[in-house]
Amino acid sequence: MEEPGFIVHHKGDSLGVVVVEDVKAGQKLRGWIMDTNETIELTAAADIPLGHKVALSALKTGDTVLKYGNDVGRAVEDIGVGGYVHFHNIKSKRW
Amino acid sequence: MTHDHFFGYRRANGRAGIRNYVLILPVDDISNAACEGVANNVFGTMALPHSYGRLQYGEDLDLHFRTIIGCGANPNVAAVLVIGIEPSWTQRVVDGIAATGKPVQGLHIEGKGELATIAEGCRVAQEFVQYATELQREKIGIEELWVATKCGESDTTSGIASCPAVGNLIDKLDARGITSCFGETTEITGGEKLCASRAANPEAAAKFMKVFQAYQDEVMRFKVDDLSDSQPSKGNKAGGLSTIEEKAFGNLQKIGEKAMYIDVLSPAQAPTKGPGLYFMDTSSAAAECLPLQAAAGFVLHLFPTGQGNVVGNPIMPTLKLTANPRTARVMKEHIDLDVSDVLKRKMTIGEAGDALIEMAVRISNGRLTTAETLRHREFAMTKLYRSA
Repeated sequence: MEEPGFIVHHKGDSLGVVVVEDVKAGQKLRGWIMDTNETIELTAAADIPLGHKVALSALKTGDTVLKYGNDVGRAVEDIGVGGYVHFHNIKSKRW
Repeated sequence: MTHDHFFGYRRANGRAGIRNYVLILPVDDISNAACEGVANNVFGTMALPHSYGRLQYGEDLDLHFRTIIGCGANPNVAAVLVIGIEPSWTQRVVDGIAATGKPVQGLHIEGKGELATIAEGCRVAQEFVQYATELQREKIGIEELWVATKCGESDTTSGIASCPAVGNLIDKLDARGITSCFGETTEITGGEKLCASRAANPEAAAKFMKVFQAYQDEVMRFKVDDLSDSQPSKGNKAGGLSTIEEKAFGNLQKIGEKAMYIDVLSPAQAPTKGPGLYFMDTSSAAAECLPLQAAAGFVLHLFPTGQGNVVGNPIMPTLKLTANPRTARVMKEHIDLDVSDVLKRKMTIGEAGDALIEMAVRISNGRLTTAETLRHREFAMTKLYRSA
């Protein structure tokens, strides 16, 4: 089985987790969707560190962000496909 | 199943321990020095210094006694010397531990001073050590292992593999009849409906929602911002976690896919409804949570970490696993099991769970955890409010 560049928990999630070190903008990545065991491809639009997240679909400000098939917060900026997703552009809906 | 037993210590009350400590237990903070004096003189003993035990009252005092007595009563402890400043509360702790049938004796400092107390305590402790060192491990069914879990310095790899590995162990061993415990009430924020849906009965679900909401109210009362400096922690964010909700769903992977919790425990409360999974109302800070689980009688802790939390517990060995390949490499001395191959699709969650069961049995049989070898004995008492 080929080693994935990023991992997605559930099909339909907004995000994947980069699982290799030193991903650079423009780098093509192969992703593994764990619950369906599918493989997808994506081009990183930014440098993304190991363990940090890449957007699988475009998110508009205010959109709900899905991970594990669940609501994990909202986008506070527009984020393009392949974009770096972290606390600078998504926030909790709680607290 | 290969790992159907471990070699542990059978205690007088029937419970099984995986360690054989002789504990020198202070009732209160000002008796720490006497306890450490005894432990420094008698090989094979361990003092358990802590910060409280004076002028407490009401529910906070009940929790103090439950924690101290519970740690002494834990099956990992063979015998206990209790030292307090005065005789009354000292005797209350002695009586609580004596209910297990294990050897326990109390001493108090007032009226004779610390040096005489230490001298007398050393003679008692020496006898306890010689008693304990003759006890032998025996073969015990895996269903008698009491296992607690909590994660720390989590990152996105925790939700992908290390927490699911614990969940896989819980699913497999819950079916075999073990007693297990998870908690971290605030860290389920965003995932509380999912957590409530994992209750085995409506009463447990209602109890969970009640303690969850009470803790939320406390956070809302004291918070001065969106908690983004605290929850997720700096380490969580360095590891890629962005929101409390994301952290919560990763955290909840630790209870697997099938196991249902049968009851909700107060902090440090021992389970009373027989084998099964329990939720305990706890802080999400490791050094606060683990003592509460140890005091409830859990003998082994499973601790998934992402960025590398180094915590240990004096009573309950803390098995650390990580799925972060960098943490496994650069913080090797803190990691008991590396499941980072899941990220490379070279290991399934089921295989990670099996590897964890194997390591849990080896540690139960006597292999020291990395935290034990590094003398990690963090023990923060949970305090509900200021003393009177």
